[in-house]
Amino acid sequence: MKTVFARTPTLKDCPTHYCPGCGHGIAHRLIAETIDELSIRGRTIGIAPVGCAVLAYDYLDVDMIEVAHGRAPAVATGMKRTNPDKIVFSYQGDGDLASIGAAEILHAGHRGEQITVIFINNAVYGMTGGQMAPTTMIDQVTATTPKGRTAAEQGYPLQVCELLATLPGTIYIERCALSSVAQVRKTKKAIKHAFELQISSAHGLSLVEVLSPCPTYWRMSPAKAMEWIDTHMTKVFPLGRLKG
Amino acid sequence: MSPTANTTRPGSTMERGRTSNRADERILMCGNEALAEAAIIAGCDAYFGYPITPQNEISAYMSRRMPEEGRVFLQSESELAAINMVFGASATGKRAMTSSSSPGISLMQEGISYLAGAELPAVVVNVMRGGPGLGNIAPSQADYFQATRGGGHGDYRTIVLGPSGVQELVDCMPLAFDLADQYRMPVMVLADGILGQMMEPIVLEQKPRRELPAKDWALTGAERRKQNIVRSLWLGEGVLEELNYKLRDRYEQIERNEVLCEQYEVEDAEIVVVAYGIAARIVCGAVDKARQEGIRVGWIRPITLWPFPMEQVGRAAEEFRIFLVVEMSNGQMLEDVKLAVAGQAPVVFYGRPGGGVPTVDEIFDKIRQSILRPKTRT
Repeated sequence: MKTVFARTPTLKDCPTHYCPGCGHGIAHRLIAETIDELSIRGRTIGIAPVGCAVLAYDYLDVDMIEVAHGRAPAVATGMKRTNPDKIVFSYQGDGDLASIGAAEILHAGHRGEQITVIFINNAVYGMTGGQMAPTTMIDQVTATTPKGRTAAEQGYPLQVCELLATLPGTIYIERCALSSVAQVRKTKKAIKHAFELQISSAHGLSLVEVLSPCPTYWRMSPAKAMEWIDTHMTKVFPLGRLKG
Repeated sequence: MSPTANTTRPGSTMERGRTSNRADERILMCGNEALAEAAIIAGCDAYFGYPITPQNEISAYMSRRMPEEGRVFLQSESELAAINMVFGASATGKRAMTSSSSPGISLMQEGISYLAGAELPAVVVNVMRGGPGLGNIAPSQADYFQATRGGGHGDYRTIVLGPSGVQELVDCMPLAFDLADQYRMPVMVLADGILGQMMEPIVLEQKPRRELPAKDWALTGAERRKQNIVRSLWLGEGVLEELNYKLRDRYEQIERNEVLCEQYEVEDAEIVVVAYGIAARIVCGAVDKARQEGIRVGWIRPITLWPFPMEQVGRAAEEFRIFLVVEMSNGQMLEDVKLAVAGQAPVVFYGRPGGGVPTVDEIFDKIRQSILRPKTRT
């Protein structure tokens, strides 16, 4: 019998703690496939954020570290500067990267650190119970915006890719989504490209933003959440390659 | 310059640095630069720091010397980032350090707590200045509580070395790196603005390293081995409790084995002055003066502030004596001295907070006043 689909070795053979319909599982798999296809498991170091993906090392079978909230790009800097032969990536959510870690990602990009950043944007804080994130949409109801986010009170959703693309130190910035098979394939291609750039020692930071569903805190069915990415999120966070 | 221009030599555990040419060749250096060169000699692979007075000579010196040695220097965007860069470099098995002064060290407390939780070695130098808040840039010893009580959140300890001269500051650096590697924890070198700025003749030499455990936990890529994970989150029932017990056992081992302290003429002393760091240097002068006046006075100088020399101070308190604690604060180490003395003898205090530096005469007067107190146990 011919095997047409198999678990990629770097993705561990275990159930995840993620909610039904969550995008983290898909994103993890894309990273694991990339690591295996590029044969870099033996020299890759991953950084898990604070947030739902804090236990990413339970699912990704590479050397990994768990770091303080938002500080992943600083930790990655310390790792890569002292180990230029290693492939260093951070995996961060929107609260981690765009709120508490805004300074760290901005300056890692500004310095042109040779690291790869996978930025999962689901427009909400997941682990702490669905509070407003910097990327929360206008009118989106969260635990801390019970009447919906308003620009007047909480400001507009923060467009991280657009911001980072202005920095000379970033070499590749692309926004993708997990909303359909076609988009997942594009996301995979983008993640792989970001890793390839680091492998080729291209000078600068690469970041892939992934619009990812959170059915639990969007209070939607998994199928509806996927639709919402296309109908709502991509309007504020347009997909495509912004740089590189 | 490309971001990876400063790369480490492969397997860079061999120390180099600029040592004295002969064992008796003394070099005149300020404390900040001397400790930096001592760190290089001790095999520091990476330095990360953010500007703050009065320790800026360290990063300026490192920015020049680390690339010369093929090692990593990076000015970070903040102290938060600096300590996390240390965290990252340390997690890969490198010897990494940062330095700052009081307000910057406050910002690093999150990272220091994570280093403790993740059991990662690191060396942090605090060249203390006056506080609280932005305070001033004068020398101070007001961060004793923060340094010796953990400073950040959680149930942990930090080894704290409190040198009192530039040579001792230099000698503390290889010790700090060794202790950090041996016990897998952050070690703080607690200096102050005077120590950082003043110049003294020093000998820079290569010290043999302690026998240290292999860093088999380091993140180097899972090549032909199982995945390594560095973490401080333990959600399973009782798992974190176990880690905390393990850390407690380690801390007790440190308390038994690593205490350093110096004593002077305590034997016949009616009064014992306890001071550390630059304050202890001034105390030496005051004690000498008092001895010349016929006052039987000695001193105890803790070098490790944690672990504190409880036993040494406690033993001195077995004979009835007055203890005078001198600090450049409103009395912080004072509490440890009281714990060590455990009510066996009176403990009095003289302090100058907010950047004030006591003079020999001030301390001498305080010694004279103390000796006039009625000598009763109550």
